[in-house]
Amino acid sequence: MMKTRLNAGHLVAVLAVAGLLVLPLYSALSGNIFVLTLFTRIVIMALAAASLNLIMGYGGMMSFGHAAYLGIGGYAVGILAQEGIGSGFIQFPMALLASALFALVIGALSLRTRGVYFIMITLAFAQMAYYVASGLARYGGDDGLTIYKRSDFSGLVNLSNRVQFYYLCLACLLLTVFLIWRIVNSRFGMVVRGLRSNEQRMQAIGFPAKRYQLVCFIIAGTLCGLAGALLANNTDFVSPAVMYWTRSGDLMVMVILGGMGTLFGPLVGAIVYLLLEELLSQITEYWALIMGPLLLLIVLFGRGGIMGVLGRLSRG
Amino acid sequence: MRTALWLAGVAWLAFGNSALSADSIKIGFVSTFSGPTAVIGNDMRNSFELALEHLGRKMDGKPVEVIYEDDQQKPDIGKQKTEKLVQSDKVDFIAGYIWSNVLLASLKTAVDSQTFLISANAGPSQLAGELCSPYVFSTSWQNDQTPQAMGLYMNQKGVKSVFLIGPNYAAGKDMLAGVKSTFKGEVVGEEYTVWPSQLDFSAELTKARNSKAESIFVFYPGAAGVQFLNQYVQAGLKQQIPLYTAFTIDELSLPLQKDNALGVPGAQEWVNDLPNEQNKKFVEDYRKKYPDLRPTYYGAQAYDAAQLINSAVVAVKGDLTKKDAMKAEMEKANFKSLRGPFKYGNNHIPIQNFYLQDVVKDAEGQLSLKTVATIVKDDQDRFHDKCPMK
Amino acid sequence: MLLVVEQVLNGLQFGLLLFLLAAGLTLVFGIMDLVNLAHGSLYMMGAYFAATFVAWTGNFVLGAILALGATLVLGIVLEVVALRHLYGRDHLDHVLATFGLILFFNEAVRLIWGPAGLALQLPDWLTVPVPILPGIHYPAYRLAIIVVALLVALLLYLGVMRTRIGMLIRAGASNREMIGPLGINIKLLYTLVFGLGAALAGLAGLMQAPILTVQIGMGENILILAFVVIVIGGIGSIRGAFLAAILVGLIDTLGRAFLPNLLRQILSSAAASTAAPALSSMLIYLLMAIVLVVRPEGLFPAARR
Repeated sequence: MMKTRLNAGHLVAVLAVAGLLVLPLYSALSGNIFVLTLFTRIVIMALAAASLNLIMGYGGMMSFGHAAYLGIGGYAVGILAQEGIGSGFIQFPMALLASALFALVIGALSLRTRGVYFIMITLAFAQMAYYVASGLARYGGDDGLTIYKRSDFSGLVNLSNRVQFYYLCLACLLLTVFLIWRIVNSRFGMVVRGLRSNEQRMQAIGFPAKRYQLVCFIIAGTLCGLAGALLANNTDFVSPAVMYWTRSGDLMVMVILGGMGTLFGPLVGAIVYLLLEELLSQITEYWALIMGPLLLLIVLFGRGGIMGVLGRLSRG
Repeated sequence: MRTALWLAGVAWLAFGNSALSADSIKIGFVSTFSGPTAVIGNDMRNSFELALEHLGRKMDGKPVEVIYEDDQQKPDIGKQKTEKLVQSDKVDFIAGYIWSNVLLASLKTAVDSQTFLISANAGPSQLAGELCSPYVFSTSWQNDQTPQAMGLYMNQKGVKSVFLIGPNYAAGKDMLAGVKSTFKGEVVGEEYTVWPSQLDFSAELTKARNSKAESIFVFYPGAAGVQFLNQYVQAGLKQQIPLYTAFTIDELSLPLQKDNALGVPGAQEWVNDLPNEQNKKFVEDYRKKYPDLRPTYYGAQAYDAAQLINSAVVAVKGDLTKKDAMKAEMEKANFKSLRGPFKYGNNHIPIQNFYLQDVVKDAEGQLSLKTVATIVKDDQDRFHDKCPMK
Repeated sequence: MLLVVEQVLNGLQFGLLLFLLAAGLTLVFGIMDLVNLAHGSLYMMGAYFAATFVAWTGNFVLGAILALGATLVLGIVLEVVALRHLYGRDHLDHVLATFGLILFFNEAVRLIWGPAGLALQLPDWLTVPVPILPGIHYPAYRLAIIVVALLVALLLYLGVMRTRIGMLIRAGASNREMIGPLGINIKLLYTLVFGLGAALAGLAGLMQAPILTVQIGMGENILILAFVVIVIGGIGSIRGAFLAAILVGLIDTLGRAFLPNLLRQILSSAAASTAAPALSSMLIYLLMAIVLVVRPEGLFPAARR
């Protein structure tokens, strides 16, 4: 699966990463700061999409509640900042820990079901998280929580500096992709992928299927919690809206659009989806009128998402 | 093909907006232009455009360019659009903002870059209190002011008890707290409904009826207001318990509420029939320019925002680097507001009158809003003490 | 006591409405194995058609019937043009494609009817509250919804249990592969089932319209509830959808009605009034999570594969 020969998909992935690496240079030369702001958000969403891809693309677990971790990671940063704990060395580990715990609890319960029931039960838990956050009167409730000071990494990296923050996000993304690559190709990853194609057989061989899947689910949740902590810093703000079910839908769309179960698919999907949204909304208010059928066409004629299409093209 | 699209996208972002000329007044306008609440954003844009027309699309002789951005009613999108306006378009002013949460998310970007921000609707208590800023002005109100006025009116009517219903989010809580702060009678019940997903209020209406309260107060903006009123009438409560409202009946909801709204009072700082010259011209020209529509308070506030910006530009003779002078001029509120003259408090929130509005049939037989009385004069919000600006 | 009766009626009415929406969804899901997020859009279209036709004909009942027909036709067209090609695909493809359809329908409606939404006025004979028990007046229109929805549920039950098409539908819901070899025109059956589901969604939309407003995106919140219902009931099971819908309707309404007072007995008044709405909005999701943990395939699993 991972060891296919080079194709146009890989070329696009390399180009995309190279483009992301030199983007701040371009931004500085052209004086266009906004392009950096926009791509910081894209990189963070790509990180979230990549984490979803780990369970959805490789593990076959269709979570429809993945945006919950964006909120949990974000609220960990926001609440600690509100309570006067500004150190990133505390905020970020807490964000990861909270996400991991949430993933542990809902994963343990959700993995009892499968298929569409799994989709719905993850959705239910994310909606509950959404309502809990809406009820947090002390932390802004439905109106959200403004973060006045970004996480402080005492001189190591300055999050208020646009370029430094961008590279931090990009580093997190590339490390995550690398980590996922290692996981997928490890023995653990083989088992998880095996479970996706045939759970009964794997169980018969003697693998404790649920435990493997649960660990995978927790890793994905934790990584998405990281994206949430970064997103909160990027927007200086966190609100229940980031956990709403349509946001989980957005993440799914990015993964499917880019290509499920491919290493760089989520990255390409996030870039294309968010850029399209930004560009179409500049051209016309009725951007959704174009975006909607476009998604339908991609599903009907572009199996395997962008990476899948590119792979087939280069194979002729 | 994908790569080409991607590059084209980057190119668009890089060069697409550089066509704007340098020697003009640039204004960014953030509001909701898609989804169900786009109708509010459209009204604000219509009125803002009308104001520019009245100004000849020039401020102090310089051409005005407006960039409208859609926040999709999402805080993070609003924040991103604000960043785009500040960083990429380098606008001189930002106006608009319907929603408290979108404004709160976007505030820091504008203040940090020292760009003047004019809120033409949102008025969260933080903005009036601890988050007030020299660069932020409001042409609307602080959330609590309107329900406070309603509470005063209920006292004037001699209402003894009330049942409060509102949505469970910050503005909803502000509204009910506002009424409670001025209403002298007994609050026999207080119900919060899930926002924005709860559309059926039968459980709350049943409780209100059984509470034997003398009156009901609600705050339901937009479509929820239509739904609430429908269900209130269908439950037969209109004949039993009179309803008092804030931000529930306006010109946008009225065509949907129809006769259900007849005789239901509300409080507002602007009503279409306020008898000053500029307001008559505004309402007349608006209805001429947009024949099927009627202006709302959202629009009137957006119109005022344009006029406020103009007053600042004229005062510094177009030299927009003189931020202190512009701030000093705007603090005087030296323009002809559609609501009539008002002053700014230390927190840049208007100190203004609130009127009682009622729904009546006008000369053409259509439902319209009408000013009945002035409930309170020169009302100042109750958070201005918390604002560090003096 | 009277209060309880009235709140139970409120919950029943809400649940029955959910049932109409869920019935179509669970059939399409169970038989064609299609996750159709755009089901909420059909609900919205039913309401828009009704508002248009009622204004056009000036007659509530006639307009409603026309709207029902229009949603049926729209559903069939949608199936033939787009959704038919999704059968047999991955569930995620369905989610993505029908998510795209939601965007499309919302914007199309905005383009055609404008962003402001429409009003659907009730005829006078439906606006008066009627006495049902001594001391209880109940809105006539809500009673009408209960009656119509119960009738439809009964017809649906008879249709599925007693007719040949119903037999095929049941066969399809429990074993999809089986109906092919029976020599049935499967394509036609699928189209019919989808059209029926669309019409039911349209009926729910148009009946809800006078209580709520007709507006863009009105189908999305209620769609999630409908999914909750079919998952609790067990996918493909009409009976499960019926019971789950009533259960969800009752729990949602009674939770909102009585939970705040209950909490006030335990917590301080201030804490209760902030916790109660959040908790009561969570109740149905909590119910779903509990049901799925205990019975991973819903209360009435229809399929035995």
